[in-house]
Amino acid sequence: MNEMAPISREERTQNLKGLGCSRKRVEDVRFTQGKGNYVDDVKLPGMLYGDFVRSPYAHARVKSVDKSAALALPGVVAVLTAEDLAPLNLHWMPTLAGDKQMVLADGKVLFQGQEVAFVVANDRYVAADAAELVVVDYEELPVVTDPFKALEPGAPVLREDLEGQTSGAHGERRHHNHIFLWEAGDRQATEEVIASADVVAEEMIYYHRTHPCPLETCGCVASMDAVNGKLTVYGTFQAPHVVRTVASLLSGIEEHKIRVVSPDIGGGFGNKVGVYPGYVCSIVASIVTGKPVKWIEDRMENLTATAFARDYWMKGRISATKDGRITGLACHVTADHGAFDACADPTKFPAGFFHIMTGSYDIPVAHVGVDGVYTNKAPGGVAYRCSFRVTEAAYFIERMIEVLAIELGMDAAELRAKNFIRKEQFPYMSALGWEYDSGDYHTAWNKALAAIGYEDLRREQAERVEAFRRGETRKLIGIGLTHFTEIVGAGPVKNCDILGMGMFDSCEIRIHPTGSAVARLGTISQGQGHATTFAQILASEIGLSADSITIEEGDTDTAPYGLGTYGSRSTPVAGAAAAMAGRKIRAKAQMIAAYLLEVHDGDLEWDVDRFAVKGAPERFKTMKEIAYASYNQAIPGLEPGLEAVSYYDPPNMTYPFGAYVCVMELDVDTGSHEIRQFYALDDCGTRINPMIIEGQVHGGLTEAYAIAMAQEIAYDEIGNVKTATLMDFFLPTSFETPHYTTDFTETPSPHHPIGAKGVGESPNVGGVPAFSNAVHDAFRPFGLRQAHMPHDQWRVWKIARDLGLNG
Amino acid sequence: MKKMQLTLTVNGEAHDVLAEPRELLIHVLRERLGLTGPHIGCETSHCGACTIDMNGRSVKSCTVFAAQADGATITTIEGLGAPGALHPLQEAFREHHGLQCGFCTPGMITRAYRLLQENPSPTEAEVRMGMAGNLCRCTGYQNIVKAILAAATEMNTLKEAAE
Amino acid sequence: MIPAAFEYHRPPDLAAAIAALRDYGDDARVVAGGHSLIPMMKLRMAEIPHLIDLQAITALKGISIDGSTVRIGAMTTQAELIAHDGLASLAPILRETALQIADPQVRYVGTIGGNVANGDPGNDMPALMQCLDAGFILAGPDGERTVSAREFYQSAYVTLREDGEILTAVSFEATGGGHAYEKQKRKIGDYATAAAAVLMVKDKTACSRASVAMTNLSDVPVWSKAAGDALAGTSCGPADIDAAVAAMLADIAPTADNRGPVEFKRHVAGVILRRAIARAWSRA
Repeated sequence: MNEMAPISREERTQNLKGLGCSRKRVEDVRFTQGKGNYVDDVKLPGMLYGDFVRSPYAHARVKSVDKSAALALPGVVAVLTAEDLAPLNLHWMPTLAGDKQMVLADGKVLFQGQEVAFVVANDRYVAADAAELVVVDYEELPVVTDPFKALEPGAPVLREDLEGQTSGAHGERRHHNHIFLWEAGDRQATEEVIASADVVAEEMIYYHRTHPCPLETCGCVASMDAVNGKLTVYGTFQAPHVVRTVASLLSGIEEHKIRVVSPDIGGGFGNKVGVYPGYVCSIVASIVTGKPVKWIEDRMENLTATAFARDYWMKGRISATKDGRITGLACHVTADHGAFDACADPTKFPAGFFHIMTGSYDIPVAHVGVDGVYTNKAPGGVAYRCSFRVTEAAYFIERMIEVLAIELGMDAAELRAKNFIRKEQFPYMSALGWEYDSGDYHTAWNKALAAIGYEDLRREQAERVEAFRRGETRKLIGIGLTHFTEIVGAGPVKNCDILGMGMFDSCEIRIHPTGSAVARLGTISQGQGHATTFAQILASEIGLSADSITIEEGDTDTAPYGLGTYGSRSTPVAGAAAAMAGRKIRAKAQMIAAYLLEVHDGDLEWDVDRFAVKGAPERFKTMKEIAYASYNQAIPGLEPGLEAVSYYDPPNMTYPFGAYVCVMELDVDTGSHEIRQFYALDDCGTRINPMIIEGQVHGGLTEAYAIAMAQEIAYDEIGNVKTATLMDFFLPTSFETPHYTTDFTETPSPHHPIGAKGVGESPNVGGVPAFSNAVHDAFRPFGLRQAHMPHDQWRVWKIARDLGLNG
Repeated sequence: MKKMQLTLTVNGEAHDVLAEPRELLIHVLRERLGLTGPHIGCETSHCGACTIDMNGRSVKSCTVFAAQADGATITTIEGLGAPGALHPLQEAFREHHGLQCGFCTPGMITRAYRLLQENPSPTEAEVRMGMAGNLCRCTGYQNIVKAILAAATEMNTLKEAAE
Repeated sequence: MIPAAFEYHRPPDLAAAIAALRDYGDDARVVAGGHSLIPMMKLRMAEIPHLIDLQAITALKGISIDGSTVRIGAMTTQAELIAHDGLASLAPILRETALQIADPQVRYVGTIGGNVANGDPGNDMPALMQCLDAGFILAGPDGERTVSAREFYQSAYVTLREDGEILTAVSFEATGGGHAYEKQKRKIGDYATAAAAVLMVKDKTACSRASVAMTNLSDVPVWSKAAGDALAGTSCGPADIDAAVAAMLADIAPTADNRGPVEFKRHVAGVILRRAIARAWSRA
């Protein structure tokens, strides 16, 4: 009856499904029906399949490659080796870190699983058979898998191609296996403070090598259209536009003749940022054969040859006054980069943003030096569900705080609270040069401690220790505390680029005549739900329902240029671009509305989904009406249509933070554990979609749990990977995975258009120290200071044994 | 290598397939029958992304040879619901944010389908145990478990209403 | 991971399967559920020109119980073992063990025959069969014979099964009493770091009979007669359990792997056995 009754502002706001609502994901309609479109689902007519011959050795000279038997197998089309790629100058390729990497073994191999030859056949089974028939003659060379040994004077020369080069992309190389020394902060001032401090805690903290291991491995389909001269590459690319630029630079094909498409991606977590030999070989093979070529790596290849993460040996010193005021922090990192420096970091930051290592604390002076080292291990060093080297930094400082608390005989929660950057200090300039945008650490911390009942837990823990000492129990309780500060959203073009491309991002919006819209962005979702959340940002900005806004990403022919999705940069950068583009739309809409309502622009005010005349809210034009008008009315002084594009260069990074507490029971006899409680408070600034934020936190915590407790890429002395399948590489199931309690505070970023900071990676950054600190904390009463991750059963048992707790 | 003639009933439809005996069932489904819902994740029978329902059992189709499946009756994710008429599990996964990248989802839902056939009212612990053959890298499982419990309730309600 | 090519055979009955084994000799392997064999074939660590699939042989399926005698066809899956209520009441240790094998999907296809026959020291059923003093029924060109599970395992993947033979069933006498299969593993789907199968019969307050077998602590499953003997005739006091553990430790020979060094495995073997004894005794 009352169809004409005006609906309330609240109702109109709700109808938009904009910022702050737990909108259900639009992606899920396809995914739940098995209608995703992942790269291995791409099937082109006449498609061939590529497969690699890989080195079984970690270090060997390749004396010869005999491909005759493979070529003789029916169905085999080609077998490529470095010799075949050399005339095209594609046997090596540049890495993102200023180094170069072999595409196919050029005279030697430097890690187990390295690509030696690329077999192309009309069927993936034939390709696999043919790969077995390629005969490679190797001469084994001495292997170095330890970065400290790699720097010894007599260590084997790994990179003969760099012989005699005393400097690299990041300065001086002081040894044949040395890559760079990178420093930040004031060394002299830090040394002086530490030398004269009341208390100094010193510890070596190792963050072991692991791997992002998305459930979908890496792969691509390269298709060279010989008629049009256009190359299309579908692939698991977290940064499709950068891949297009790299492909153009490497191949000499003009960039407009290359189309790169990231279809649905089955998880990335940093693994799919880099450019891998498989992509290059598939492209070459497609050009050579004139047919599409698909390459999909298998799980062993994924774990042994594509990008690993971490492998940082962090030697730290932290100084404080007797009453626990931190005065200085020093760190030296020995960074194992493997055979090639293929870290995915912004160009000027060979150690990523490791110098966020002062964490949440007001530390007056600090210094860090990072030595990058070559070893006979796979290249990589990607940000596995974290911003560049931020999880290493967070782990480092959160362990050092615990060690300092032991040194001081102080409660670790109290020590943290005493040293937090205070709310009124923001924006805060850290000793290592970062300007933290906003934060309220004490509020978050107090909320977390209250929520878990910290005092009671400490009492229970102390009682348990007494019971343990009396022989009444064999289980200890650990309370793992963490307060982390992340740095995400790379980043300002003035200091962040990848291969020279500034790390801005982009959004282009087209409003259709009937008031729906398509928006395209330079990022690419790998499960983060961009199609859902970016539409929410836009809905709130332009007053059209999120359900009427289609989000497209990942096709370089249609999407505006952007640097992709990793390092929690999508919301801080592309999300900002979306808001800014939306504001441009709104600005034009305001002029159209003014014309339609015959008032001056300034007489109008924005009201959820419309412009209304100030003081006369019944006189309005909705965005739907304005959209239609933009196409059907000749408005003096205005072009037809309603479109906008924004390329957003953020003025600063964003600094999400959080307070996590893990309560763990540890069985001293078996080394096994049970997570009794995990509380995660995240502050990611303005919250776009609470449901998705919670999902991101659950997922990141689970990856953190895996990394801290068991997951690793382990090598034996001769460079064999010991954890090459999911039997040994730990991915927790629903059975092992703990239950999480999530919570939040909301401190908007002052420089982001909607105040959002990004959340996808916080739980991994904060989760790892929380789990690890819980293990350490359980054994603190018995004298444990530091034990390296992963804390799997035998290593926990070893802690207990070394402390004399195991008879 | 010699191919063999196989007969499979997939999602209610009979198919004759010519395949090498060694061909993995997942490849037969994905490449020959165009059912790209089930995925390949680990290849060593750990991850469950390739899970299908075969002869009334949840099976990891990357660890079954085509030849072994000759004569089998198979349901894949594509057979569980239809656009506009989703299976309660499909609805529940969306409602409770039980998926992110979507790669594990078809295997998850297909496995959960069989779990609820065998145990229509599972506890949370039973769901966690019953889903332990399926890995997810994105969600941390909490919402998957929630979705399956919700779907169980919904399916029981529908069943009661039908009776 | 793509396996090498092979020819596939699906014999309709046991005689045909045995004939196929005879025809193809070393080139043939039988496959049951295939969840041990197929990954090895995909990794090309096992190349098998002729694969003989036993799925059509109905005689190899099913569980029969006659008084206290249990006979389980080789092609009975772990899921079927778990679901069988008669078996669960007569010999509950089978369900307890089967539930700790792999994951639900694997248990639907993995069979008891495959688990005991391939000689993988990581498998759980062999030690359990030794603990139960089961017999393995082997059928070959010369007929049928029974080999004790306690004799069957020679070294990793080497058993007393002749090349031409097929393991058709396992059979054992249910003894009653208390039971436990205690397994430490890293995660679902993992082999044991250490596992112990324990059966104990109680006579008033004393243990009249005990049987102890261990999984994945040597290149074969280890039935520790001495450990059982150390418990038999005692009241299972701390000293008796210490003696049993010491006896067991003398019988195992674990090797280091990703699950931990030898010292850890020996330690955990002791812990696990103590827990298994405690649980079995509480149920005896």
